[in-house]
Amino acid sequence: MDDLVVVSMTVNGRAVRRAVSPRQSLADFLRQDLGLTGTHLGCEHGVCGACTIVVDGRIQRGCLSFAAQMEGHTVETIEGATASGRLAALQTAFRERNALQCGFCTPGILLTAAEFLADNPRPIRDAIRTALSGNVCRCTGYHAIVDAVASAAEALS
Amino acid sequence: MTKNIGSARPRDDVRLLLDGRGTYLDDVPVTGALHVAFLRSPHAHADIAKIATAAAAALPGVVRVVTASDLAAICHGWGSSQTFPGLVERRQTALAATRAVYQGQPVAAVAAETRAIAEDGVEAIEVDWRPLPEMAALDHALEPGAAPAHGDLASNLAYSGTIGANIDPAIWKEAAHVLEESFIFHRVTGVPLETRGVVASYLPADGSLTVYQSHTAPHQLRSLYAMHLGLDEGRIHVVTPQVGGSFGVKIHLYPDEIATCAIARLIGRPVKFIADRLESFTADIHAREQRVRARVALGADGRFLAWQVDCLLGMGAFSTHPGSSVQEGDETVRLAATPYRVDAFAGRVDVAFQNKTIVGQYRGVGHPMASAVTEYMVDRSAEALGVLPEELRRRNYVPDDAYPTTSASGLPLDALSHRKCLDEILRLMDMPALRLAQAAFRAKGVYRGIGLSAFIERTATNVPVNAHVRKATAQDGVTLHIDPSGSVRAAITVTEQGQGTHTAIAQVIADALGVPFERVTVISGDSAATPYGSGIRASRGAPVGGELALKAGRALRRNVLAAAATLLQVAPDDLTLDNGTILRRGGGRGVRLDELAEAVHFRPQLFQHGAQPNLSVAMHFGHDWPTLVPTNGIQASYLEVDARTGMVRLLHHWAVDDFGTLINPLLAAEQVRGGIAQGIGQALYEELLYSEDGQLTNATLADYLLPKASDLPDITVGHVETPWPHSELGAKGAGEAGTTGALGAVLTAVNDALRPLGAKITEMPMTPERILRALGKI
Repeated sequence: MDDLVVVSMTVNGRAVRRAVSPRQSLADFLRQDLGLTGTHLGCEHGVCGACTIVVDGRIQRGCLSFAAQMEGHTVETIEGATASGRLAALQTAFRERNALQCGFCTPGILLTAAEFLADNPRPIRDAIRTALSGNVCRCTGYHAIVDAVASAAEALS
Repeated sequence: MTKNIGSARPRDDVRLLLDGRGTYLDDVPVTGALHVAFLRSPHAHADIAKIATAAAAALPGVVRVVTASDLAAICHGWGSSQTFPGLVERRQTALAATRAVYQGQPVAAVAAETRAIAEDGVEAIEVDWRPLPEMAALDHALEPGAAPAHGDLASNLAYSGTIGANIDPAIWKEAAHVLEESFIFHRVTGVPLETRGVVASYLPADGSLTVYQSHTAPHQLRSLYAMHLGLDEGRIHVVTPQVGGSFGVKIHLYPDEIATCAIARLIGRPVKFIADRLESFTADIHAREQRVRARVALGADGRFLAWQVDCLLGMGAFSTHPGSSVQEGDETVRLAATPYRVDAFAGRVDVAFQNKTIVGQYRGVGHPMASAVTEYMVDRSAEALGVLPEELRRRNYVPDDAYPTTSASGLPLDALSHRKCLDEILRLMDMPALRLAQAAFRAKGVYRGIGLSAFIERTATNVPVNAHVRKATAQDGVTLHIDPSGSVRAAITVTEQGQGTHTAIAQVIADALGVPFERVTVISGDSAATPYGSGIRASRGAPVGGELALKAGRALRRNVLAAAATLLQVAPDDLTLDNGTILRRGGGRGVRLDELAEAVHFRPQLFQHGAQPNLSVAMHFGHDWPTLVPTNGIQASYLEVDARTGMVRLLHHWAVDDFGTLINPLLAAEQVRGGIAQGIGQALYEELLYSEDGQLTNATLADYLLPKASDLPDITVGHVETPWPHSELGAKGAGEAGTTGALGAVLTAVNDALRPLGAKITEMPMTPERILRALGKI
């Protein structure tokens, strides 16, 4: 029922050109049209951080952007970041420290933590907690996540 | 012998979650599914005079608009599952027909080509609402003249029960001290980050229903759908894929979920319903809304002469299904004071209907309030006697060597360790140093508090009353099979929501069978893949699922040794199996399990001189232990209250738990920490705010405050191991202890901080505003 908009962007290193509904969120587009289901939707109003993705090199909420706004932009999801290997140290630390349970928040937390560590290679514990405060985890109590991010920082230094 | 039980082994099954490759409900591939959106009541209580659906049905992309009358022939509705005799029931239907009794109750549904179009359709439905007086505020629910939550009710009292025995009135007169307090616990909800969802497909050709649902008990769902939809249970297949958190929210069955399956049956096409966050807040089970009064008679020597604990629970418009809302109040009273020797105990539970969302079983069910009330009263008792809180606890605990025993409230208890846990937590905290630091800060006008909260957690539900109505079997089931490569596949009915069930079960099987952990694969959550069984609820994964895995692993081991004995032409008793290799006790050539398995599957001629080899086992287990499995623990909170702002800063938290035999300390510790975060949420942040007319006013994650990383402290976790004496494995449940102890630890710590200011607070969450009120500043 909507007029479609043609949009071209780069997703996980590949050029993508699609006709999208102007009301389709970027997260829905990634999940439904491109099958990139690692981007999760927890609240759809920008609070929980489960839909965190990377746009032009900075993290962003996938649920607060429209796919139609992405003309000419570069988008990276958990799938692309995993394939690039840039999350490997974090992913190893998260597994070893059991820093996830249900895993629904985890892709968003990994992308947030990776950006944080790139800017803060030797973080103190409180700084990690502050950096992760835009991401809700309902399972872990965060302690293990903070441990894992600290441990990944050491492994990367 | 390799020992996996007790090993802090990380989960292997998180790798795909870390890569973003988990398959949660919305990720399940389904071809040609329509999307269902619900019109929900905007009123707490209103008659539905008319529903006009033509405009919605005419929208391009809308396939069907469904109201109660469309589903009446498919699904007749249900009462609660009546697990508490005398509970007043009101029947529900999947869609409300003529009257809505809580905001968020589903009234109509639209099936459309996309979720967005389905929502457009919902907006185009016109309902002629006739609002009725609503009953929302719990404090007034039972007053004479209160508006009835259902029109035909003479009173909003849904249930009233007593626990314990009458207390001799003379005790209150003769006691050295009588302490009384009232507590207010506000409504919270579980907030799994993945909302509820269902994908249902009905094939008219063969009468089969396939359901994918974000849930923790697939077989129970299968039985319930057969009951609700009048289908042959044998033709129902239920899969619970990766579940993004449950915490009890997803052990229930909701009207919107039943409606979705009924719509699939009505229109014969696959349909998908994923709750959005607003729906999750208004329609997931709520919990905890209680008013509690406690009264303690204390002897001059510090003995607890009597405890009276009365609870009023607001349960919402219906009792939850399956199960019963009453449990949230019943457990609070029944568990009060249970760590202690109490000469007399009397309790009462009243449950009130309200025009609010249904209260159900959120992690810890009733327990957190029991512990919070008890431990607050113990601190007050210590204050009255002039002894340290930990000293009065130690003196009055049921001694660790006094079990088995029965609590004054009538609970059979066994194998608990309150004194050991207290000693361990005091050691971890370095309590003397902490008190010195607290005193130094107080001298500087900084108000720090130290709080303790001991508790008993009842885990591993066995034989629920009316299990046949709830479709809640007490049994779990497993099949084990060794494939030709020698790898072991376990299909078990206890399910995984991230707590590490699969890893723990694999550890037990590896040890019981005698194979490396890496050779064991565990699957669950599929009614077609596993035998019938309970699923996850009430922290049963380790005590029941683990015991089943142990028994089944040993049975498979016997089968393996029998097959190997035939192959090697020796007696089974002359063989052992360890780390995946079968060896002769006296030495000589053995055989690796993978070689044996290959031979069993592909070289039958090698076994023609003995019994047919059998590398599979199917087994069920439902415990006949004397009670649910009680566990115990204690938590401590260290925090600072800013007397100017009312803000609480958490400095550190400790927990010591007795889960019996620890299968995996790494996973158990994170279960505890996650539970503590939820308990802290109830203590300080989380509250579903209702207006006087029953409108939920903060149904977003921006307005309902969940604990975030920067709100929480580091959490030290310790363990005491008193194995459950009635099982071979000795494990107890670990899923809810964290939530149970945290509320009381933070409550007692905040009050410890406020004590020098002459203030107290007993209303939770303890928001800055409430703390400032307690301090008389606003």
